[in-house]
Amino acid sequence: MANLEIRSVSKEFKTGKVLDRISLAADNGEIVAVFGPSGSGKTVLLRLIAGVEQPDEGSIFLGGRDVTDQEPETRGVGMAFQNFALFPHMSAFDNVASALTAQNVPRDVIRAKVGKVAALLKIEHVLQHAPRELSNGQKQRTALARALVAEPKILLLDDPLRNVDAKLRYEMRLELPSLLKASGSTVLYVTQDYKEAMALGDRIAVLSDRDFAQVARPAEVYGSPATINVARLFGDPTINLMPVEPLASRTGPKIKIGGAELSLPAGYAHMAGKACVLGLRAENIVVADTPSPESLPVEVVAVTPLNERTLLLLRTDDGREILASEAGTNEAPRRHGPAFARFHAEAVLLFDPASGRRIDLQAA
Amino acid sequence: MEHMSLLERVVRGVLIVLIVLFFLFPIFWIFLMSFQTNEDILRIPPSLFFTPTLSNYSALITGKLVSTAGTLDIAFMKNLWNSVLLSTVSVVIALILGVPAAYAFARFKFRLGEDIAFTLLSFRFAPPLLVLLPLSLYFQQLGLTDTYIGLIWVYQLIALPLILWIVRGYFEDLSPDIEYAYRVAGHSWWRTFTRIAIPLAGPGIAAAGLLAFIFCWNNFVFALILASADKQPVTVGALAFVTASGIQYGQIAAAIVLSVTPTLALALYAQRYLVEGLSLGAVKG
Repeated sequence: MANLEIRSVSKEFKTGKVLDRISLAADNGEIVAVFGPSGSGKTVLLRLIAGVEQPDEGSIFLGGRDVTDQEPETRGVGMAFQNFALFPHMSAFDNVASALTAQNVPRDVIRAKVGKVAALLKIEHVLQHAPRELSNGQKQRTALARALVAEPKILLLDDPLRNVDAKLRYEMRLELPSLLKASGSTVLYVTQDYKEAMALGDRIAVLSDRDFAQVARPAEVYGSPATINVARLFGDPTINLMPVEPLASRTGPKIKIGGAELSLPAGYAHMAGKACVLGLRAENIVVADTPSPESLPVEVVAVTPLNERTLLLLRTDDGREILASEAGTNEAPRRHGPAFARFHAEAVLLFDPASGRRIDLQAA
Repeated sequence: MEHMSLLERVVRGVLIVLIVLFFLFPIFWIFLMSFQTNEDILRIPPSLFFTPTLSNYSALITGKLVSTAGTLDIAFMKNLWNSVLLSTVSVVIALILGVPAAYAFARFKFRLGEDIAFTLLSFRFAPPLLVLLPLSLYFQQLGLTDTYIGLIWVYQLIALPLILWIVRGYFEDLSPDIEYAYRVAGHSWWRTFTRIAIPLAGPGIAAAGLLAFIFCWNNFVFALILASADKQPVTVGALAFVTASGIQYGQIAAAIVLSVTPTLALALYAQRYLVEGLSLGAVKG
């Protein structure tokens, strides 16, 4: 049974509608990464679930109980706010303990539980400090500890790594999954960083244009994005998108780029003659010095070596620009000049330009 | 400071001295007067040199004013007690009523909210004399004339708007997320208000309370009209020194020194809060 469920919830502010009839269900112990560009309503969604905002319509169920009209203190959720929202007049210890003092837990149990979660998050040495004496990383851990300490069934984390420096963010990204899994809570993890979403989420809920564009496992969101928008949001460099019009041929559907004709999977045969948007990830393009069947003559215009890979900007003979990514830089660095690009037909995604939706392969 | 030229520093110093003289000399002079007899005070030209006497203070404290015309009973100590009682109780009641109201105005948007808040503030605009005439009639009807309760009630006109508007600014400055975090942690609305909102707005509440206390203490006209000698504060009580046999300048000066002392001590003690509270009130309210 779903531990957390929201049913066609809408929320409108004076500035406009933020969420429009959105629904989501998460199982016990599942981590759902809520990902979307800034201003897409991720935080509002968490605040609705926590009960600090009221939905205009729809209902929210926690542990099978309808809590839509319940006060925040009765919902039994743990929440870490993006701005930490630590209590400035209390020590880190009292901050963390606040979730336990509400339940009239005995003093020594509080001390034991706070000590345990503080050890887990490595903040034992600053427990007696006031929040203003903590570094950003320590504040973030304190806020996280406060959300975790009462072992809530539902854990809402609002971009907890946003305000911490890059090094700590990487460390936390490694530590958090096991920490969250150990808590056994159902976690909604809001983030603006697709890598964080992919690293932490059992599933990713992509929020865009007031609704979830896609809710799926990370690999699926990356490999089969539901819309152009989702495809664009995941991946660095951004996915290559170009307008194409598939042609029918004896050997199956093809697309024409420059002078070359390239095969598409047979399942796209039904799209022949219809305008489409082709999506192709940079790492699915192989660049070679010599031509091969189904390869595309290109000009290497720019080469950007990064440590573990090299980004190439390619230009086709009809002027389209394509980004390709090559793993490793150990071999002789690629030079500017003519080359040949190839890609696997299976890696090609086609989108409907009007709706932005991905076009499914159809059985022949 | 170190970038100032000598001239700038001299001009600055002179100006500060002038301002300090202008505001503090009267107080200094009153302080001297309180140790002089009426004869010393009325001497022309006035002199800084005199034989100090404590007779003014002893007259106030014993309540017996001995003059050439005979002995006169004065109720100064009673007046001082009245001032303490009226101001303290008024401020406490205004805090109990005003702080939750300020919180409501800061946090919740409700119909006519701004209008109600402004109406409360507008009580401060009306000249007290304007409301006093009808008020004294009501008070006679209600039996509130010459009672502490009646005076404390009227003093809310002074204290409540002040507290409401200053404290509201402080509450508005607090991030609501801090309160939400406490509620999500499982605490009720009331606990959040008392454990989070009030402590965090503490400096503002202290500043507003102090200011309200000083304004109540300095009030003159409400008690003059609505109470008799028995219930009057020092501000009105000092009038008793204008006697048939002359004005007792020495006793007036001593009375002023005594009545200024509590508020001065409070203000000095809480100077930091006061300036903060005043400037915040100016910006936010």
